Parts: sequence; structure tokens; C-alpha cells
Amino acid sequence: MNPLNRLNKLFSKLPLHLAIIIMCILWLVPTLGLFVTSFRTRQAVRETGWWTVFSKQTVAGQAEYNTYCASCHGTDGKKIANANLADPTIANQFTRSINLLLDLQKPINNGPHLVDPQLPTNATKAQAILSPILTYMRALSGHVETSGKLTLSNYLDALVGYKGTANYLSDCQQKVPGTLVVFNCTSADLLNQAGMGRAFLNTIAVAIPSTIIPIFFAALAAYAFAWLDFKGRQWLFALLVGLQIIPLQMVLVPIARLYVSVGLQSSFLGIWLFHTGFGLPYAIYLMRNFIGGLPREIFESVYLDGASHWTAFRTLALPLAMPAIASLGIFQFLWIWNDFLVAKIFLSTKPVLTVQITNLIDPLGGNWNILTGAAFLSFIIPMAVFFAFQKYFARGLLSGSVKG
Amino acid sequence: MVPKIMKQGWLAPLLYLGPALLIMLVFVIYPTVNTVILSFMDRTGTQSAAVDCSSDAPCWGVFENYRYALTTPIMLTALRNNALWLLLMVPGTVAVGLLFALLADRVRYESLAKSIVFMPMAISFIGAGVIWRFMYYIQTGGGAQIGLLNAILVKLGSQPVAFLSDSRFNNFSLMVVGVWLWAGFCMTILSAALKGLPTEVLEAARVDGANEWNLFWSVMFPMVLPTVVVVTTTMVINVLKIFDIVFVMTGGNYGTEVIANRMFQLIVTDTGKSMAIAVLLIILTIPVMIFNVRRFRAEEAMR
Repeated sequence: MNPLNRLNKLFSKLPLHLAIIIMCILWLVPTLGLFVTSFRTRQAVRETGWWTVFSKQTVAGQAEYNTYCASCHGTDGKKIANANLADPTIANQFTRSINLLLDLQKPINNGPHLVDPQLPTNATKAQAILSPILTYMRALSGHVETSGKLTLSNYLDALVGYKGTANYLSDCQQKVPGTLVVFNCTSADLLNQAGMGRAFLNTIAVAIPSTIIPIFFAALAAYAFAWLDFKGRQWLFALLVGLQIIPLQMVLVPIARLYVSVGLQSSFLGIWLFHTGFGLPYAIYLMRNFIGGLPREIFESVYLDGASHWTAFRTLALPLAMPAIASLGIFQFLWIWNDFLVAKIFLSTKPVLTVQITNLIDPLGGNWNILTGAAFLSFIIPMAVFFAFQKYFARGLLSGSVKG
Repeated sequence: MVPKIMKQGWLAPLLYLGPALLIMLVFVIYPTVNTVILSFMDRTGTQSAAVDCSSDAPCWGVFENYRYALTTPIMLTALRNNALWLLLMVPGTVAVGLLFALLADRVRYESLAKSIVFMPMAISFIGAGVIWRFMYYIQTGGGAQIGLLNAILVKLGSQPVAFLSDSRFNNFSLMVVGVWLWAGFCMTILSAALKGLPTEVLEAARVDGANEWNLFWSVMFPMVLPTVVVVTTTMVINVLKIFDIVFVMTGGNYGTEVIANRMFQLIVTDTGKSMAIAVLLIILTIPVMIFNVRRFRAEEAMR
């Protein structure tokens, strides 16, 4: 193909490439926003959008500072010697923007502090301007974070379940009383009841047995349905497969009541059994089709050699069914890892990742930095499983979407 | 079928099937029956639902919980919203999935592009809810908009929008999250079907001078229609049971209530009503389920 033709082809395909790339960007951006935010400081998240980390932007608050302060104090804050805004002791006087507002409302040189432009009279609106100015004053005095700075502290905060307004590590260093009530400031905090660290372990404790147990029982039952002869085999199989149509919502309350009466509420055993019961119909269906599809001759030959059913099951059926087991296992594992409803109802005192995330949500949106870190922690395992086993996952989804 | 040599007594089948049967009896069959019974009982599940009747309001006697599930304003809102999801979100998701499957098929970076669109399926609905709450976030009372969508609106000179609490938009906002989550699933299944089409037929049509548009509508689409139907019915079931997204993003407030969320909200406070809603849910899903399972078996048999 000569270069001109190639160029022609590229141009004729340009709209196609554009359409695909735009769609990919649309799909990636929401997750990217979450990811970027999880590395930003609390203050930075509150003041500027996450996308600003990609632009070589002016320091946070500079625009506001230039509008309101620069004409008198100078762009570097040093123009008035006895009111040097770049002096850290001045910036430190104002821990909150309301303090600064009160100070600005005091007259200066027998006139109002700010003349042109004036601050909005509404205190909330005025603070919304002063808060970035404070940030900028701190930046001028060279003593705090600029909003471009990235941090890992959100992940630590999420792991320990920190709910304060600074961050766990600095609170521990400064021995903030409110934080010391909740935390020991030792590595034991990683297992704090309200944190994602503990939730991570809980999720693993739920997901692994809840994946293995139903698959094992399903394999046993599938072997019986495929290679044992007994009365009512067909209709019993049809009945079990038919149970796939029962939605989760139909079985929650009676089992929750049953658990209360036998003391299984909020126990791992209880949730393992629940996931087993609810996972079995589909698992049996899939395993029966696979094990029943194995060549009959190999089973006949081992029986002729005098092998028992148990031997045939263990040494033939199970190893040969590994592809089906893998596909089923991946699907069941991800389903349980991402489950919220079952864990919320049956494991209320041992929160799993999804439940813990909902516990961390601040309706006022004050802790996006920690919440995004927490959400990302919950994505690590499923993302890894997803990218490693994508092809198994796709097929499992279609057949398994009948479930749940 | 089963080789004769493996004839055995009744004990072996019992041992192999026993655990599965016992567990399913306790965890699927018993609770399903019990749920139906509870749906006719009062809020504590101890006496007939008729005790909740008051003399000055309509009463359906022992069906009182079903009166709640079918006639009260909040449930009518939920039913309307589920219908909206069915009418808008399901076709939207299938269409986006199909379009992307068709487009991605023609470029070399197909698998990467498909992975990107498919990826949301790997994460929890709760996690996706957090992602989109942040996208939709509105900063009230001054300060920069830190939610991407409102930042764009403000940049374009518009007022910020309360995507999740303004009842003119919020249902659509939630549906967008649903499309974002499920389009990859539809795409993957449909893409497999498109790749299975016999290339000779497509080539023949191209030789006959069909343009891509005609080729799609008169050759490809009819051939993948069975798969489109399976994907659509699967989505219908998913949407009838939609819960996590609504729970984590609006909690069903501001007119975004859906059936499964109402059921969850009442689980502790009013078991009877909650169970009546669960029964309503299964009645709605069963026909689609049966259709879907049959379709799926038929597809399977053809492989």
C-alpha cells in the first residue's frame, strides 16, 4: 500500500476512531476522578476540582488574593511592612476563615478594611472567598501545602476509619484528644472496627469460603445428577434449576429470623451458608452440564477397574471440571465481594467493604478525600481478578445474571 | 446415559445430593414459602395483616399489605420509576452496548477499548455510587464546584444543577449510572454474537453493493436478534431488582424510589409490607425469568 493510500484510509476512519476514543474517555473519566481525588488533601479537594492537578494552574487562592488584597499588600504580601502577609505568624493567627472575616470587619486607618472590591455581606459567601485567600497566605509564608500536593494519607485514614477533619497521622503526632479517644495510634488501629482495613479482612473471610463451599457441594450434586442412576433424577434436577428464578429479596427476612432464633445473626457461618444456599441452583446447573458432558468411556473404564464413585469423583470428575470450576469460582467470588444487601442484613456487626463505604459517606460531602480512597481500596481485588480472568468473567455474567 | 455398570443403591445418591438438597430446602424453598405467608401478616409477622386496617381508610383485609404495595403514593412512585428505568435505561444500555461492539470491531485496539467500557462491571454498585455521587456533587453556598459535571456547567455560564435532588433530573442521573455500569456487559455479549456471524454472508452483501447502514439493518441485526433479546431480558430483570445504585445515591428520596429499595427500607420496621413488595417483585420478574432461562437454554443447545 503506498503512503497516500494509507493516509486516505486513516482519514476515512477518523470519525470511527474519534467515536471510540470519546466513548472510552467518557467511561474512564468518572473512575479517574475518584482515583485522583484519593491522593489529594482534604483541603485541596474542597477548594478545587480534581482535574486541576493536570493543569499548571495558579496556586489555590491566588485569584482571590489578587482581587481583594494585592492592591495594598502587594502580590507577594510584603508591601506593608507592619502587615506582612508572608509572615507565618500572621497566617497562623487565622485558623479558620471566620476569624479572618471578623478581623477584616474591624476598621483600619479610620475606614473599612476593604473598599474596592467589598466582600459580600453574606457571611457564608464572604468566607467562601476568604478561605482560599487564607490558603494563599499560608502558601506565601511557605509553610503549608499547596493544592497541587499529593498525599497517601487518605488511604491510611480510610484503612483506620478516621472521621476527623485533619488526618490520622498528624492527629496522632499532635495528640489530638478526640482522636486519642478512638485510636491507640499503634498499628492495631489498622483493624479498627470502623475502618476499611478490618472491612477488607471481613470481606476476605466472607468471600473465600462462600465461593468454595457452594462449588464443592454443587460438584457433588452435579456428579450425582450426571453419573448416578436413581428415581426422580430428571425432575429433581429441573426443580433445582428452576430455583434460580427466586430473587434474593424473597428469602432475606425468613432466614434473618431463623438466624436470630438459632444465634447465627452476624456470624460468618451464617453468611457462608446463605451464599451457599443462594449460589447452589446456578452452580449445580452449570456443573451438571459440564460433568455430564465429560466422555462416558473414561468413567466406564475406571468403574471396570473397580473404582468407587468417590474415587471417580475425586480423581476424574473434579480435576476434569476445573475450567467450569474456575469460571464459576471467579463469578461467585466477584459477586460476593461486591455484594452489599446480603452483608448489610446478615453481617451488620462485622462490616464488609461495601457496607463500610456506606458508613463513611458524609452527606455534606466533607470527606471526599477519604471516601474516594476507601472506594478505591475496595476496587483493588476485583480489578485484579477482572483483568486476569476477563474471558471467564464475560461468559459467567451472561449465564449468571439470572442469579441474585 | 448413565453406564449400567454404575448402578448403585439409594444411599450413594443421598450422600452426594444430601448436602445440596438440605441447604436449598432451608435457604431457598422454606424462606420463599415463609415470605409469601409473612406478606399476609402485620408488621411484626405475628397476626393477620387485617389488624393494620383503620375504619376510616380503605381496607383490603388480609390483603392489606398488597393494598400498600399497589395503591399508596410512594409505591406508585416506585412502580413508575421502575417503569421509567425499563423504558429508557434498558433500551439505552443495549443500544450503547451494540453500537460500541460494532465500532470497536473495526479497530486494532479493540480489546483495550472493550476492557475500558467493560471495567465498571468488576466493581461494586456501592463503589460506582461513590464515583458518580462525586461526579454529580453540587457545591452550594459559594466556593468552586468540585463535581466535574457542575464545574462544566458553570464554565459554560449556566447555574449548577442539583443532579440528585432535583426531581426533574434525578431519575435520569441515576439511569446514566446504570448505563455506565451495564453497557460493557451488553457490549461483551453482543460483540461475541457479532463475531460469530458467517463472514461469507457479510462479504456477499458487500459485494452486492450494500452500504454499511443497510448491511447492519438488513443482514447483521436480524442475525444477532436472538442475542439482543437475551441481553434485553437480562437487563429487564436487573432493572426490576435495581437497588444498590438508588440506595447509595439518593436513598430513594426526592422522587427516585424504586421497588427493591422500598422493600429494603421496610424490612425492619414493617415486615408484612416489605414481604408483600418482595412478592410483587417476584411476580413481576418470574415471566421474564422463565422466558430468559428458556432462551438461554435454547442458545446453549445450539452451541
